[in-house]
Amino acid sequence: MTEVVFDVHMTVNGIPRSGNVPARRLLSDFLRHDLQLTGTHVGCEHGVCGACTILLNGKAVRSCLLFAVTVEGQEILTVEGLVNADGSLGPVQQAFHECHGLQCGFCTPGFITTISAYLDEHPNPTIEEAREAISGNLCRCTGYQNIIKSVMKAAEIRNQVAIT
Amino acid sequence: MKPAPFDYVRPNSRSGVLAALAEAGEDGKVLAGGQSLIPLLSMRLASPKVLVDINNVPEFSELRVTSTHVEIGATVRHEELFNSAHAKDAVPLLAQALSYVAHPVIRNRGTSVGSIAHADPSGELTAVLALLEGVVTIEGRKGVRQVSGVDFFVGPLESVINAGEIATRVSFARLPSNMGTSCVEVARRHGDYALAGVCSALVLTEENQVDRARISLFSVGPTPIVLDVSEILAGPHSLDEKWREAARFISSSVEPESDIHASASYRKNLVEVLTVMGLKNAYENALSRMKEDK
Repeated sequence: MTEVVFDVHMTVNGIPRSGNVPARRLLSDFLRHDLQLTGTHVGCEHGVCGACTILLNGKAVRSCLLFAVTVEGQEILTVEGLVNADGSLGPVQQAFHECHGLQCGFCTPGFITTISAYLDEHPNPTIEEAREAISGNLCRCTGYQNIIKSVMKAAEIRNQVAIT
Repeated sequence: MKPAPFDYVRPNSRSGVLAALAEAGEDGKVLAGGQSLIPLLSMRLASPKVLVDINNVPEFSELRVTSTHVEIGATVRHEELFNSAHAKDAVPLLAQALSYVAHPVIRNRGTSVGSIAHADPSGELTAVLALLEGVVTIEGRKGVRQVSGVDFFVGPLESVINAGEIATRVSFARLPSNMGTSCVEVARRHGDYALAGVCSALVLTEENQVDRARISLFSVGPTPIVLDVSEILAGPHSLDEKWREAARFISSSVEPESDIHASASYRKNLVEVLTVMGLKNAYENALSRMKEDK
């Protein structure tokens, strides 16, 4: 049986992208396989680990819990799109770098996207709030302490950037 | 893990959705937020032949808070309902329960009506629907019907929705100002499925005495369980003693199952502890609401 394919169009990291995919193509696979954007990682593929988190119209969502065909015409931001305009590390990426927020790095794209979306809405979190903000993401190296430090540092960097 | 192939339709109107569901019959499944459905598809625990995506129907995304009701459309996301100050003011239990529903990232996409229609006995909102006797509007090509509270649930992951039908709206009546509510649960990690959970609602008299009180339990049975504790709480003892007595009664009334996460006896114990906490919180919530109202 040949599967029906759909034309899909979406804006990914500011660039219009399109593809021909069957309805069952997960957005995570569409990004990685069809668009070759392998920054988005796939861990559990059922919404538990958070590694595949992306921003859909500015809100953090699991890309493994969406079909590519269902986000027709919408705006996607992946970890690749969270760099500064000049291509240097974005605030959350910089904070992870400075605070040793990653060990093996597998979970990192999901944390970066989740934290970026969180800080957009909560620019000055407490440590408790930072802990809560990342509670939906798993780090199997268990480096949570440094990830929480990274959230605080990222908030600091963002606020500095906002002032200057 | 990839879902099995399926046909996909995305109607732009209510009538288009109803026609697509009627045509698909037993083979059709509604796709709203998909936060419970897509894992089931990926694990191939379910493989419907047709997915009817309802996200393009504008009227389904309406959240209306009127002077009498909170009406939640089929594609209203948990996070929108959670952040609605008007909804929180009208039916505080919604936000109280939603704070436990998964994580914000899941709530950004998952829908409140979908989570009720999914009828997972560990779903917080199923217990809210049962406790407050919320009304589910079920539509099919043959017509519209409304089912309220516990009557909506048949068993684990099973509701009264038939093939070809869809829950288009859930409506909750605005709570009176002398009613207080609370939701408490214990999970291994905040946002995970609860090992046991308790929603409470109690109504106070003008003298701050408990007039009526009901409890709705989740994660301890095949469907939400609603129990009335008004009589126990009407007794002459101190409030603390009454909470404990009600909690013992609630705990002895449930028969939870053991699984890898918790034994049955541990769950019963949790129910008792959570009921005391829940009733206390609901009582305080009622007092503060009555104060605000004055």
